[in-house]
Amino acid sequence: MQLEVNGQMQNLDAQPDMPLLWVLRDSLHMTGTKFGCGMALCGACTVHVDGQPVRSCITQVSTVAGKKITTIEAMSADAVGRRVQAAWIELGVPQCGYCQSGQIMSATALLKQKPQPNDADIDSAMSGNICRCGTYPRIRAAIKRAAGAGSS
Amino acid sequence: MRLMDDTSVEVINVSRRAFLGTMSAVGLVLAVGCSPRTGTADPPKYGADSMPHGAVDNPLVFVAIGTDGVVTIICHRAEMGQGVRTSLPMVVADELEADWQRVRVQQAPADEERFGNQDTDGSRSVRHFFAPMRRCGAAARTMLEQAAATQWGVPIEEVAAVNHEVVHAGTNRRLGYGQLATAASRLPVPTDETLRLKAPSQFRYIGKGEVRLVDGPDMVTGRAIYGIDSVLDDMLYAVVARPPVYGGKVVSYDASATLKVPNVVRVIEIPGTPPPSEFQPLGGVAVIARNTWAAIKGREALKITWQDGPNAAYDSTTYRAALEQSARAPGEVVRNQGDVAAAMSSAARRVQAEYYIPHMAQTPMEPPAATARIVDGRCEVWTATQAAQATRDRVSKRLGLPFDHVTVHVTLLGGGFGRKSKPDYVVEAALLSQAMNGTPVKVTWTREDDVQHGYYHTVSVEHLEAGLDAAGKPVAWLHRSVAPSIRSIFGPDPQHEAPFERGMGLVNVPFGIPNLRVENPAAEAHARIGWYRSVSNIPHAFAIQSFVAELAAAAGRDPKDYLLELIGPAQRIDPRTMSDSWNYTESPTLYPFDTGRLRRVIETVAKQADWGRKLPAGQGLGIAGHYSFVTYVAAVVQVAVNAKGELSIPRVDVALDCGPQVNPERVRSQIEGACVMGVGNALSSQITFKAGRVEQSNFNNYEVARINVAPRDIRVHLIASDFDVPLGGVGEPGVPPIAPALCNAIFAATGKRIRSLPIRDQLGASQPPANASTS
Repeated sequence: MQLEVNGQMQNLDAQPDMPLLWVLRDSLHMTGTKFGCGMALCGACTVHVDGQPVRSCITQVSTVAGKKITTIEAMSADAVGRRVQAAWIELGVPQCGYCQSGQIMSATALLKQKPQPNDADIDSAMSGNICRCGTYPRIRAAIKRAAGAGSS
Repeated sequence: MRLMDDTSVEVINVSRRAFLGTMSAVGLVLAVGCSPRTGTADPPKYGADSMPHGAVDNPLVFVAIGTDGVVTIICHRAEMGQGVRTSLPMVVADELEADWQRVRVQQAPADEERFGNQDTDGSRSVRHFFAPMRRCGAAARTMLEQAAATQWGVPIEEVAAVNHEVVHAGTNRRLGYGQLATAASRLPVPTDETLRLKAPSQFRYIGKGEVRLVDGPDMVTGRAIYGIDSVLDDMLYAVVARPPVYGGKVVSYDASATLKVPNVVRVIEIPGTPPPSEFQPLGGVAVIARNTWAAIKGREALKITWQDGPNAAYDSTTYRAALEQSARAPGEVVRNQGDVAAAMSSAARRVQAEYYIPHMAQTPMEPPAATARIVDGRCEVWTATQAAQATRDRVSKRLGLPFDHVTVHVTLLGGGFGRKSKPDYVVEAALLSQAMNGTPVKVTWTREDDVQHGYYHTVSVEHLEAGLDAAGKPVAWLHRSVAPSIRSIFGPDPQHEAPFERGMGLVNVPFGIPNLRVENPAAEAHARIGWYRSVSNIPHAFAIQSFVAELAAAAGRDPKDYLLELIGPAQRIDPRTMSDSWNYTESPTLYPFDTGRLRRVIETVAKQADWGRKLPAGQGLGIAGHYSFVTYVAAVVQVAVNAKGELSIPRVDVALDCGPQVNPERVRSQIEGACVMGVGNALSSQITFKAGRVEQSNFNNYEVARINVAPRDIRVHLIASDFDVPLGGVGEPGVPPIAPALCNAIFAATGKRIRSLPIRDQLGASQPPANASTS
């Protein structure tokens, strides 16, 4: 099977029902995408498939063959992703940092779809991403900063 | 603290590779050599001295300077979100006069004899190591200054280290740290008495909050490596089917279907450890595979017959009734003053309430995971652990290897919250590698494993009674706390709270009530009980700070004024006079319970939150103050409850007095996060048991705070403090006041008193709302 990850074609020998998460982590050793729940409940594993945020832990790898998969490792090469990462650093968002790959993938997808999200948009797009350290106030502020809307 | 007096320090000129083993070699310098602390007998030990292996302040242990001028500073405490890999090295760098841009941080492996205590828990890292790390940096700075002075042939008094170089002001000569490194490394380490520490006005980084997280860039780009991210050549992946009941074991299993799952390699039984199982694995059946997914699928195909053992009947509903029954009768007296019975009977009015706080699970976003390999009788593990030394110890003992033949590499922790103080998962990985002839094996806990096989926050019933005089002032106070103890995992179940649990806000109530008794009736443990961020302060603060508000309501008084009156005038109370012999292991004279500081955080938060301000119908303010981890915190929560009973939290104000703040920016982030966790604890998190089994399994039914229910606006108000005040803890003290302040706010908003957590549907709507928008 062939998979396009961050613009590179990868040849794989994977079971078709294997979740994309484990292909990324265990087969490709791309560990930036995190395991948190395995049931699309926490968002730690969020990647983009053809630009849409997707929970890779429940996405069978066979369903994304031929599609463009983008992971946290490629966000620095993405204009919006870079803005989000910069806002995360400026506002000191991460604590343990483990969930932040997924948070950044969800936030970047949100900003691509809605460049000026309001609080309800942020709640709706981000409530699937759990942060046990409780960085939510800074995540909200950083999304607004990345959007150029200030951090009120 | 004199830790290094009689050590013979060996100065070795080594490459940086030898310094810690993983850095690229450039010239190199201040290197390794240290000796165990020698204890002198034997007054009571406090602070870092009370912990195993105490503190080390030797710059040869913590600082390496390359000939290229790069300064490498060791962080020996685990990073789990508190920012310690930034804050402690920053302290060293400040005293060293190092340019932070040229500082690298390296994580220490488990080795307490070399680095001092590494138990990253109890909100102790900065509190215990601020002073040693200052001395460490100052000693290294002095060595560089001496090297320059010697080279120039001038007295050391004439030179000064400034921003990564040593300067001779008289002649304007300068030498960079890289140029001085080799000569400096050959000098003796100055004794503590001769060190010149900076005056706080000279600090470059300490207290400023301007240094960014050292791991921040890696964390936002996916490069940060956590325990679960370890990758070794030829590594295999394992998951384990564990007994569904604590103390249960495997009777038999059939792995035939499992072995047909593609990429499954082998199935191995892990022997269990009957209760008390301490940090040892629960046992069960492990599936080893070529990837995690295959291991999970293989586990699903296992057919296992379990014997459930002594906890098979554990049921949270009946257990709660048993705790309540226990709380309604006298129990072991753990503090007593005056005559409570007489005062109660002559009181004008009596008030009574019971509070319930369930089990909770830490559920760090990175579940427990560890990788182990064994080569030539030496075991190496890579893992996220709060307890590096205990991990090394348990692995060596369980494998039957000498302690020196076990290496524990400490990765970043994807959250800890107390779960990763218990290295059972690391022992599992080591046992499986051993069973696979040393092949690297990574054990991953799924979220279901984490929720169902954890070390749970205790479950408790807090029974309170007060007698009020005619003016509504308490003249008698009776508190019975009933909760299974963490000590139950270490030995025969004591059925009573340990001094460290009682000292978390149960006995050390600083109220000026003449007749006061605290009792601790018995409670049996039927699950593994373990530390959960803030530990027993959670139930004690919830009960006491709720009850005070209930007394205020009974007396018709403002809750803030009533709380302050109960605390009374500012005084410094010796904790021993409140039957607290523990005091977070700190000296009772250096760290008395200072009610003036508790008053000040309450007054500050009330002022900042504009306590008493008019709010729309359905909204209310609640206040609570609590002392824990030798830090004083008060919170005001603003809550809004709509007609359907849906709750939102527009704003929380928190005031904190932790003494001096080494990294105020990280202090703020910790308090914000503690507030969010406190809200999640109160709203929705609970673990319940039925037939000995945990009923929850994942984040769909073990619910934690999400962004849509988190307080929209958290304002942290730090009390300024001089650096001569002893430091308090930061990671944990922010949690305990949140739940009572929230429930007090709900009472103010709705008139409904919440005495049982989580709140969930007690207001008529489910909490958290299914898809809330709080805007």
